[in-house]
Amino acid sequence: MSAPADTGTAVLRAAALRIRRHIVGMCAGATGGHLGGSLSIADILAALYFRVLRVDPAAPDDEDRDVFLLSKGHGAVALYAALAVRGFFPEDELAGFAAPGGRLMAHPVRAVPGVELPTGSLGHGLALGLGFACAARLSGGPRRVYVLLGDGELQEGACWESAMAAAALRADRLTAIVDRNGLQLTGPTERIVPLEPLADKWRAFGWEVREVDGHDLEALPPALLAGPSVPGRPVAVIASTVKGRGLPYAAGRVESHYARLSERALARAYRALDRPGQEPT
Amino acid sequence: MIAARQAYRDHLVARMALDSRLACLDSDTGLFTGVDFGADAARYLNLGIAEHTLIGVAAGMAAAGWTPFVTTMAAFAASRALEAVKIDVAYNALPVRIAATHAGVAAGSLGPTHHELADLAVMRALPNMTVVVPGDAAAVPVLLDQLRAVPGPVYLRLGRGPTPPLPASAPAPELGRLQPLRGGRRAVLVATGPLPVLAALRAAELLAAARVDAGVLQAHTLKPFDTATLLEWTADAELVVAVEEHWRTGGLGSAVAETLAENAPAPLLRVGWPDAFVAEVGGQEHLLDRAGVSGAAIAAAVSARLDGTEL
Repeated sequence: MSAPADTGTAVLRAAALRIRRHIVGMCAGATGGHLGGSLSIADILAALYFRVLRVDPAAPDDEDRDVFLLSKGHGAVALYAALAVRGFFPEDELAGFAAPGGRLMAHPVRAVPGVELPTGSLGHGLALGLGFACAARLSGGPRRVYVLLGDGELQEGACWESAMAAAALRADRLTAIVDRNGLQLTGPTERIVPLEPLADKWRAFGWEVREVDGHDLEALPPALLAGPSVPGRPVAVIASTVKGRGLPYAAGRVESHYARLSERALARAYRALDRPGQEPT
Repeated sequence: MIAARQAYRDHLVARMALDSRLACLDSDTGLFTGVDFGADAARYLNLGIAEHTLIGVAAGMAAAGWTPFVTTMAAFAASRALEAVKIDVAYNALPVRIAATHAGVAAGSLGPTHHELADLAVMRALPNMTVVVPGDAAAVPVLLDQLRAVPGPVYLRLGRGPTPPLPASAPAPELGRLQPLRGGRRAVLVATGPLPVLAALRAAELLAAARVDAGVLQAHTLKPFDTATLLEWTADAELVVAVEEHWRTGGLGSAVAETLAENAPAPLLRVGWPDAFVAEVGGQEHLLDRAGVSGAAIAAAVSARLDGTEL
């Protein structure tokens, strides 16, 4: 099993757009959805699923596959969209998001092909990823493990407990990605419980840190693909992102956190996403 | 006399040499200090004082096809790390084995921060969880061998210090089945945990001396709970007694109450820690004695309920 070939940023851009279109579509359903924080990770997921992760939709349980965990489980609509676009299940099923009796719950569930473990209660993903990484080291094989965290999620103490343990266990198969969109439910992280200096924090916890534009589809793949420069170090990729990215009227606004889009708003969103030059800058 | 947790440690280390998919995850408990894992040393991971991470790492390893045994104190497994147990382990039905030491009041004078009197309530409420309480050190390897067939998570409740062995006449424990330790039908005592079981046996002796026919069942498996054996044994009982080292709410007493109430209601006496935190210094036996978990106190309570008289 190998990572997808480097087909260039055009393919990633097309995948990211498709993921965003599905995100807004799901957020126009009966329950609405976590719009802003899903749009902020769309490019990261496109880079992961179309360039970085060694996964095979035809063999989702392959023993050597790379593992991705969405620790910020409220970004489920983005994950479902990425998995469907990548071919883990039909894109048609996304129309059933949050429908009674269905499997597409508002936080990721294992019943959905490609979802490794359920997440949603914040602060769990890094320990789970560390477990996969420890197992992979003991088993041998090429597996790498990626955990995508929200920046607000880092206010959960368990993240730092696991970060400390990962460095102690020299878990260099583990990469944490921080969706640094700067906003949590009620406002800016820096006004609620500040995280800065965030890169220094990860470094102090024994991680190798890379800072990248989380919407730059040329910069994301190399930042995610490269192992640590020093053996034994886990890698933290701090991805600067914009909450609500792709919808100019929602981007960077705390109100984008959760939305139920009307039919009219959905049409407006599709128009915004499809506008040439909108994705990415 | 050895402690159940020592028996657990020795059995795990021996099993690791035979099964290359077992891992030992520790939270700096000290239980494995001095243990020579030999060629299996890489499969011993000390996560430090980080119980949430301990359980999460175990879940990740289990999802990758491993069988991790995690060791921590019951107070931390069932309280501090409970969300990880619930979401990461139980929800996913992963084969994580949680060895929880110092359960009940085994931590004695360390106090309520280190006591765990709610773990049976919490763990048996979780879907997919198997809950096992070995009655003595000898039962630990027997039950652990049977637990190999369990595909989901297991909560293994262990104490701290050595406890006396159960009578040699006791049949071998069988996972998921109540274990008859003494015949008798007028009063039926159901007990879990080494010291409560011994207290129940002592109470039955005292009751027999007073011509009260009392039987004893050991509940080494709280979940799944052996409804059939309980109903069979208690069909003609004038009084059923649950004896445990646990708050009276939610544990064995509740399991027995639920089973009886739904099938064949019978008078029930619940013996355990009252609805309060321990408020005095004391070792395990002292504290159990204060809670009425002793042969004499149980016999007196049973006699009073049956005849309205004191022994």
